[in-house]
Amino acid sequence: MSEENKFEFLQLLENDARLTADQLAVMLDKEVGDIKRQMKLYEQNGVILGYKTLIDWDKTDREYVTALIELKVAPQRDRGFDRVAEKIFNYPEVKSLYLMSGSFDLAVFIEGRTMKEVAYFVAQKLATIDSIVSTATHFVLRKYKDKGVVYGPAETDERGQL
Amino acid sequence: MDYSKVLSSTVKSIKPSGIRKFFDLLGDRKDVISLTVGEPDFQTPYHIREVGIESLERGRTYYTSNDGILELRQEICNYRNRRFGLTYNPKKEVIITVGGSEAIDLGVRALVEPGDEVIIPIPAFVCYGPIVELAHGVPVYIETKPEDEFKLTPEALKAAITPKTKLLILPFPNNPTGAVLTRDELKAIADVLRGTDIMVLADEIYGELTYGFKNTPFAAIDGMWERTITVSGFSKSYAMTGWRLGYLCAPQELVSQMHKIHQYAIMCAPTTSQLAAIEAVRNGDADIAMMRDEYDRRRKYILDGLRRIGIDCFEARGAFYVFPHIGGFGLTSEEFCQRLLDEKGVAIVPGTAFGDCGEGYARISYAYSVDHITEALEKMGEFVEELKK
Ligand SMILES: Cc1ncc(COP(=O)(O)O)c(C=O)c1O
Repeated sequence: MSEENKFEFLQLLENDARLTADQLAVMLDKEVGDIKRQMKLYEQNGVILGYKTLIDWDKTDREYVTALIELKVAPQRDRGFDRVAEKIFNYPEVKSLYLMSGSFDLAVFIEGRTMKEVAYFVAQKLATIDSIVSTATHFVLRKYKDKGVVYGPAETDERGQL
Repeated sequence: MDYSKVLSSTVKSIKPSGIRKFFDLLGDRKDVISLTVGEPDFQTPYHIREVGIESLERGRTYYTSNDGILELRQEICNYRNRRFGLTYNPKKEVIITVGGSEAIDLGVRALVEPGDEVIIPIPAFVCYGPIVELAHGVPVYIETKPEDEFKLTPEALKAAITPKTKLLILPFPNNPTGAVLTRDELKAIADVLRGTDIMVLADEIYGELTYGFKNTPFAAIDGMWERTITVSGFSKSYAMTGWRLGYLCAPQELVSQMHKIHQYAIMCAPTTSQLAAIEAVRNGDADIAMMRDEYDRRRKYILDGLRRIGIDCFEARGAFYVFPHIGGFGLTSEEFCQRLLDEKGVAIVPGTAFGDCGEGYARISYAYSVDHITEALEKMGEFVEELKK
């Protein structure tokens, strides 16, 4: 596959993980075998890390809260932020973790069942890590858009019906 | 009151659109998987919508000049120049219209006198014949052939020309067939016209939606600029159907006459739409490319899918339609589509909605998501299997 083809291939999958190798092959003018091989390769070398579903939990009865926690961290000699990051991302409560430029260092997205649960996690698990200098917790009030997808009422096809 | 006495006999004699007839069958059934719609499934790109919204917030709600905002005409001329190397004078050779639809009407009305013949290749978009009849012209239909991939051939054109021929409608890339004419094929058409006074209305509303090659405007063929009214617009390429905005480009001697019809019948195209369209032509090339790529993938997918379920289809290379052959099952197009709808809940448009020569064919739009197309293809596959039994 050409580089351009590879980007198109990845972008298609990023937008819709359910596209099958057959469908991708037709759309990209490739052999199914080539598509399958390329997919396997991407999975093996970690370019493709997983195939997930976007769920708007707000439309279900599930209780949950999301929080963004800003952490200021004293970097460690030789290992910088990696050691702390690793300690943090191993908690299953942590959904995303980014090293940031600017006034704080790590951005942690946490999901819990209640605010109390999240607060407890921050106080007990995060704040106690040695090199963490300070924490600031922001609860998410509403998710408008995630992974390029708008969270709202399901779209209807109004064409020919307006 | 006896309305039949007061109504114009010309208007009464016009048949209502065959597509509408089929849409009426659909009624408001909600469970239908439809592949019927003739407009993009994309929303207008946000940067374009935003300019429209801002213009309303700033109270820019007045008429524009009759021919449209000069800045927009200028941008259209820039676009046609950078994209196709065509030159038009924005002050004298462009009119901004209410959709390509109005531009077609203007072109026909400015040229056709009672008894003039207008050649229309079919299957085609439904408006040309009725507009010609309203101008008391005579539509002369050329049935394009499946073996020619529904292209207009120079031979067929030559055979249709008479001393009364005034105008040729050139509707490529084509709705409903998806047929296109390459530069060489357009040259062959031009060779037939050269030396005659026959005018051409090139409906290039799908001109940006061709796959695997760049469409050549008819006006770009040697010697054809002077006889061509080019119709285009924003509906299809920028996903702006509801904004109702199109345009025409033509030599000023024609534009100055069409200008009068437009001035009296329409005044000017919608102001909000014109302002948004300036943003579209100026900064929308990437949007067009993005949508074109997406249509192309779906096109390949649906062509492949149809073949897999045993429905034959030539490789349409334009617009967002395919025109498969559904005539091999002992049903007329209307019967096929009606039963497909009743038995499987899938809606496609019978080819006959676009002229009798569409018998044996159906128009399928791929302005739908891959999921939607997949579901429809599965059901169509079941239907075809059952028919074969
Ligand atoms: C071939 C063709 N020409 C013109 C039009 C009119 O488009 P609009 O008036 O929205 O520009 C259509 C719309 O379906 C079409 O298919």
